[in-house]
Amino acid sequence: MAKHTLIAYVEDVPGVLNRVASLFRRRNFNIDSLTVGRTEQAGVSRITVVVDSTEAGARIVEANLYKLVNVLRVDDLTRKPSLFRELGLVKVKVTPQTRAEVLQLTDVFRARVVDVDEVSLVIEVTGTPEKIGKFEMVLRPYGIVEIVRTGAVAMARGHETLSSNPPLVHVTGGKAEHHDTSGLAMSV
Amino acid sequence: MKLTGAEIIWECLQREGVDVVFGYPGGAILPTYDAMTKYPKIHHVLVRHEQGATHMADGYARASGKVGVAIATSGPGATNMVTGIATAMMDSSPIVCITGQVGSKAIGTDAFQETDVTGVTLPVTKHNYLVTKPGDIARAIREAFYIAKSGRPGPVLVDITKDAQQLTAEFDWEGAAPRLPGYRPSYHAPDSEFARAAELINSAKRPLILAGQGIIKSGTTAEVLKLAKTAGIPITTTLLGIGAIPASSELNLGMMGMHGEAWVNQAIQQADLLIALGMRFDDRVTGNLKTYAVNAKKIHVDIDPTEINKNVQVDVALIGDLREVLAVIQPQIKKADHAEWWSAIAVNRGDSAVRDIKNLPDSGHLYAAHVINDIWRLTQKRDTIVVTDVGQHQMWEAQYFHHDKPRSLITSGGLGTMGFALPAAIGAKFACPDKDVWVVVGDGGFQMTSCELATAEQEGIKVNVAIINNAFLGMVRQWQEFFYDKRYAATPMTGPDFVKLAEAYRLTGLRCNQRPDVKATVAKTLADKKTVVIDFVVEKEDTVFPMVPAGADLDKMIRRPKQDVLLESGSDKDWEMPSSTLPNVFVEKKAEAKALNDRRKPSPPGKRRTPAKA
Repeated sequence: MAKHTLIAYVEDVPGVLNRVASLFRRRNFNIDSLTVGRTEQAGVSRITVVVDSTEAGARIVEANLYKLVNVLRVDDLTRKPSLFRELGLVKVKVTPQTRAEVLQLTDVFRARVVDVDEVSLVIEVTGTPEKIGKFEMVLRPYGIVEIVRTGAVAMARGHETLSSNPPLVHVTGGKAEHHDTSGLAMSV
Repeated sequence: MKLTGAEIIWECLQREGVDVVFGYPGGAILPTYDAMTKYPKIHHVLVRHEQGATHMADGYARASGKVGVAIATSGPGATNMVTGIATAMMDSSPIVCITGQVGSKAIGTDAFQETDVTGVTLPVTKHNYLVTKPGDIARAIREAFYIAKSGRPGPVLVDITKDAQQLTAEFDWEGAAPRLPGYRPSYHAPDSEFARAAELINSAKRPLILAGQGIIKSGTTAEVLKLAKTAGIPITTTLLGIGAIPASSELNLGMMGMHGEAWVNQAIQQADLLIALGMRFDDRVTGNLKTYAVNAKKIHVDIDPTEINKNVQVDVALIGDLREVLAVIQPQIKKADHAEWWSAIAVNRGDSAVRDIKNLPDSGHLYAAHVINDIWRLTQKRDTIVVTDVGQHQMWEAQYFHHDKPRSLITSGGLGTMGFALPAAIGAKFACPDKDVWVVVGDGGFQMTSCELATAEQEGIKVNVAIINNAFLGMVRQWQEFFYDKRYAATPMTGPDFVKLAEAYRLTGLRCNQRPDVKATVAKTLADKKTVVIDFVVEKEDTVFPMVPAGADLDKMIRRPKQDVLLESGSDKDWEMPSSTLPNVFVEKKAEAKALNDRRKPSPPGKRRTPAKA
């Protein structure tokens, strides 16, 4: 079992998020995080979904995503050089004695203080999910009042647009063969 | 051309080539029913329950290969369809369901007869639509038909609000052509995969073709037979694959799986290559996945990429239309006869004829298998479609009615929907009015949808209903007998006098309770112009053999004991001593059942056995 990050480009129509989420529930796949947002193209949304699954399981998730009529393209970023970012807001308790320490930690994590009052700070932190987890950990002794995380978004590094692997089935032996990709171009 | 939304619905159905729809009116679909009168070319069949409408559309689709259409109103009308939609989904049957929805302004207010139908049917449809504007109806319906019948077929639901049916819009058929950028009905496997598949086939010593419903859907019976003949490969079919390969073909070994032929399951376990054509390795055909065909390489041809490696890991996957795949692969196949393999199968087959209920002496009791086999013998010269329900009779039909033509057996496989047979048969009769349509149904399943007899009567169509009446929910009883120590909880069941029931519907009812009468009963049935309901009163506690217990190894079957020649029922049967040469798991299962039973008695803590999985 490992974390797999899949990017699904979907038509921006009512119910599409429900279709994607329902698929994971129905096929018994565990969602680690799921984020949705617009893309550079009108009418196309981008869903970043992190699943805890085996390699074979991830292929089945991918194939099932492709089976949804509103899904335009699916990319698996797990094995590609990619950037992963998540944003977290942490409300932490402070006293006059601990405020300086917390501010120092905030600096170390290159986070920003976005709200201050006499007993608490709200800190905005971005980075990989691991970094945010760590930030949460170091702040815990001071007393975390509230925390919210967006879930990971991801993008491949480099100038190449993502390959549009169709629901490729990896079979034993030989190098991975790609099936016809002609029908998979983005055309919304 | 300005039309109301309701008129657009009919206009679209007409242009999609629909000649019959199965439906039930109600408040939210009334505008559509009102507009129906302007489209007399489409025949509307009034069903007695919306579940029946979906099964009829399903039966129509399976018999004809065309898209079946069912219509219902919002709320309860639509939710009643869910079972039929799920049935069509599991068996890849192309149907389009049109449901009315409350007005678009009322959506979300818990209005009268409002249900989130697209939400409810999301997991059991291939795709669905909620349409709130009349201008969107045409495209939704065109896309629904396209999605339902292309790729791996399946059900599509179009939910249309009442105001969208009432308001008018410009009807533009051409402009409503499907625009589905994310929909991929077809795939093409790369040449290298074909080469690997051909290499595996050419080098195999003990190859076996697993023939599924995909062959029927793609109409490739001849192509598969050609491949099998060239390379000398025996064929076995799944339940839904019955008819894909003629039963009379010497290449056809018979059905595989839980109630498949013993020698077929043994052949699967002994094979060194399985060539799966349009089948999906359902748990009912694989048994224990850990021990399933461990010695065999596997080639999987399927149009749906999500089926590959889902249950069984395969060596070569050819994703695509079976017709195209076979066309590419056939020229690469070398001639072979595999004489040794065939003789090994013949050895396995060996004494099976002794166990065959057909060859057992008649004890004077009426057995379902005899009835079904007799119906087959007596109707061989006629063009017959058999529609079966779910349970023991379904398995006996699969074993003892020999189908030579594709689409001549219609049955609920994947979902196992009781109550499917009668409505599906009515749908099949509308698709094929010139063929005889037989319903083989248990007394339990029949009572679930027997109200559709009224539909048959009102429509004046003839289906022949053979009720295999054993006064039990037979298959469940069989499981109780084997695995639950004969505790027959809630399986004995009574029913109405089926003859009088038929007569109450102004149809013909017949009863038959001994074998010599079967012939005359069938003759009388065929001669009758009306729908006939036959009450075959059969042996109560008969058992389907062979049987692979759920989750057991495929070749470990419970088999009919050879000595049991008189087939006495009930307590006379002593299944603990089947004189089978095969490994027999029954004793094991029996022990498990006993352990389960003993669990109820107080036992020292920590010594409890975990319940066996059914």
